[in-house]
Amino acid sequence: MSSSVLEMRSITKTFPGVRALSGVDLTVRPGEIHALCGENGAGKSTLMKVLSGVHPHGSYEGEFLFEGEPCAFRDIRASERRGIVIIHQELALVPYLSIAENIFLGNEHASRGVIRWNDTVRRAAELMRRVGLRENPQTRVADIGVGKQQLVEIAKALAKDVRLLILDEPTAALNDEDSAKLLDLILELRSQGIACIVISHKLGEIRRIADTVTVLRDGRTVETLTVRASPGAAAELSEDRIIRGMVGRDLDHRFPERTRYDGPDAGHLALEVSGWTVRHPIDHQRKVVDDVSLTVRRGEIVGIAGLMGAGRTELAMSVFGRSYGVYDGGTVRLGGREADTRTVPAAVAHGLAYVTEDRKTYGLNLIDTVSRNVSLASLPKLARAGVVDEHRERQVAERYRTSLSIKTPTVSEQVGRLSGGNQQKVVLGKWMHTDPEVLILDEPTRGIDVGAKYEIYTVVDRLAAQGRAVLVISSELPELLGMCDRIYTMAAGRLTGEVARGDASQEVLMRLMTEDGSRSAR
Amino acid sequence: MTKETTAGKGGTAGALLVRTVRANTRQYGMLVALALIVVLFQIWTDGNLLKPVNVSNIVQQNSYILILAMGMMIVIIAGHIDLSVGSLAAFVGAAAAVLMVHHDMSWPAALACSLLIGAVAGAWQGFWIAYVGIPSFIVTLAGMLLFRGGTQILLEGQSLAPFPRGFQNISQGFLPEGGPLENYHDLTVLIGVVVVAIVLFQEWRGRRRQREYELEVLPLSLFVLKCVAIVAAVVAFTLTLASYRGVPVVLLIMCGILIGLGFVMRNAVVGRHVYALGGNRAAARLSGVKDRRVTFLVFVNMGVLAALAGCVYAARLNAGTPQAGINFELEAIAAAFIGGASMSGGVGTVLGAIIGGLVLGVLNNGMSLVGIGTDYQQVIKGLVLLAAVGFDVWNKRKVGS
Repeated sequence: MSSSVLEMRSITKTFPGVRALSGVDLTVRPGEIHALCGENGAGKSTLMKVLSGVHPHGSYEGEFLFEGEPCAFRDIRASERRGIVIIHQELALVPYLSIAENIFLGNEHASRGVIRWNDTVRRAAELMRRVGLRENPQTRVADIGVGKQQLVEIAKALAKDVRLLILDEPTAALNDEDSAKLLDLILELRSQGIACIVISHKLGEIRRIADTVTVLRDGRTVETLTVRASPGAAAELSEDRIIRGMVGRDLDHRFPERTRYDGPDAGHLALEVSGWTVRHPIDHQRKVVDDVSLTVRRGEIVGIAGLMGAGRTELAMSVFGRSYGVYDGGTVRLGGREADTRTVPAAVAHGLAYVTEDRKTYGLNLIDTVSRNVSLASLPKLARAGVVDEHRERQVAERYRTSLSIKTPTVSEQVGRLSGGNQQKVVLGKWMHTDPEVLILDEPTRGIDVGAKYEIYTVVDRLAAQGRAVLVISSELPELLGMCDRIYTMAAGRLTGEVARGDASQEVLMRLMTEDGSRSAR
Repeated sequence: MTKETTAGKGGTAGALLVRTVRANTRQYGMLVALALIVVLFQIWTDGNLLKPVNVSNIVQQNSYILILAMGMMIVIIAGHIDLSVGSLAAFVGAAAAVLMVHHDMSWPAALACSLLIGAVAGAWQGFWIAYVGIPSFIVTLAGMLLFRGGTQILLEGQSLAPFPRGFQNISQGFLPEGGPLENYHDLTVLIGVVVVAIVLFQEWRGRRRQREYELEVLPLSLFVLKCVAIVAAVVAFTLTLASYRGVPVVLLIMCGILIGLGFVMRNAVVGRHVYALGGNRAAARLSGVKDRRVTFLVFVNMGVLAALAGCVYAARLNAGTPQAGINFELEAIAAAFIGGASMSGGVGTVLGAIIGGLVLGVLNNGMSLVGIGTDYQQVIKGLVLLAAVGFDVWNKRKVGS
């Protein structure tokens, strides 16, 4: 008599050179929300790929039972036929097809290969009601927001008669409001008897919705903890307790002690942006960044807080070689002198570095090696007469591999094969090797687990301690509060406040971030 | 040093080898396939395939496609395509013919003018692609029509001949004879010896430098084996050529381009930038890669190579003809993909283009020798292209999972 929907027993999966999973157990009870936590590279995604048939039967050891029956999936379709549906972090929707078409993609309502449109739209509308999506089923997916797209994915899963829904970082791309709605929907689905596995780095969310949490570390099951005694009851488990399981140690402080820089030029202005204004690349009427002025001193870590659409990334990209939008006034001074940052090479030459928000799209060449990614921004330094010294290049990569503890078999490994945290370290290494005076870090810890976050904070602190100026853009307020000496806030393209470390709190920042721009965009 | 690295140094030479091979599966796979095809046809043609005269023939027959394929490989690595190279080659061949036949220009001057025309044509297309932002498929499709029409206008629809001896030698000539050896071409043997010396020196120096930087190296036994294999291949090839009329001039030209472009793509900053652009344009741009300039240069380079191929082809025919270069672009693109290029850009090597081109070239030559008609030859070449890329896709999927 088994009281579980899913029972995975001693699953072991090895890749050439790496053992991704060793003897992992996971039991999901009927109708529960089961959270899966662990550092990046702990094996969460691999485990879910085994479960959903991405890694076919035979490519792993161990076995698992779904609703009491042993499973041997050859591909994703096989697992979907049993009602196991996985929704990936990167949504798998076709932007130019309608919501209804997306919901039934691969699962079309057709007779003899001809689609029955009326039926499709009617069923789509039904499913959309179930997930609380109020849109016309014929609307193109490209025309709705990310939050609603996530709902389309869930509707798509429901269309497949899902019994076990797997969500990989479902709220990573959503704002607070959409996240809250999504979490409510997951709770709602549970009440309809659908079990759910949620992979998440956001411990607050886990405490809010999960019944049970399983912690993975280094490809092993560390522990399974009960979050609440019964559905609906208050959470009994603390975030610190989960963190302890994930990192294997108590995290008294999640941030390193700030190290002061006391060089002779401490306190000198490293970066001064004044009157910076940028217009939207297509809609030229709109000011995305409006008259922003800010400063960062040597050895200082300064944060920029703001909600989505506040113009933080746009400000950074525009300052860094005019990589975004249409420039409409403002100056940049680096080290006290006016600097030409009109192109990326010029900005880099003036000692500016920008670590992008989205490392996969803007930060890395995923099909190239670790060493070639590290060297890309500083190739001229590694070259003589236009010829790259490959040996020195590898040596440099090895140096960052050690100093940033990048986990990779060799520096000739494809970056695309590394975990998110290690990819982020590669991007950091790339920019550290340009030896910048000023570093702009855009969401440096997004999608990264707690342990790797701490490592990145340590690196940032070390950079500041060397006298570099660091500007951090982050959506996580505790992160800014823990790291920064000073925090600017932005809202609707304008700077709305500047708060010193001692005076800052989440409440203060949030108030400034939601402040209505008194001079709204003209 | 960590434990991992120490283990990697001594115990797991096999693993290192496997890793190297796996990183370049298609290229190694195609090298093996090329060897198999050679052996197959060598048996099938009763040893005619590797007769010295035929080896010279294969080199000369395929030279212009191989030259195009090297440029095409770089274009594809950068994430573009060039459909105009066949027409451009014809256009340049026609221009050279007009210059030499109608205007009595000396052949070196005509050659220089031709290459310049190629560079200008490449710059023209590069301008639209890099600075205006029109997709390369469209720009070069337009170029294909444009240069084909230009060829017909220049030649007024007729062939133009003959060329001076010197120009013909670009494609048909061999290095001069003279020296002590009776049965072998002396200069060729000398070149062979020099090549062996250079290769061994390079291998040895690379190994020493890797040691200096404390990087992993192949164990001595495997290293020696690798050197022996390379030397054996070079010696066999040189002696084959030396027992006929020696090194064809065009082979020297091709080797020069191969070494030059291979070096640029592997070791020069601009080569790295090409790979970075093809791999992830946005990331490359935000890393300070001057994407427009690099793209522009890639097409200028392609233009010059297309011009050279046009001259080689015209020299081989000893005429400028309006029908020259038809389908060259497709052969060059096929060679690049067989040799390891990827549709999405960012991968491939110049040497790979040569291997891919030779697979097609040896197939052509071998099938002609055994008397398979051109109809079936096309069918077989199509299947080979499909199989080569199909194998790679299948193999990647296997490794990736």
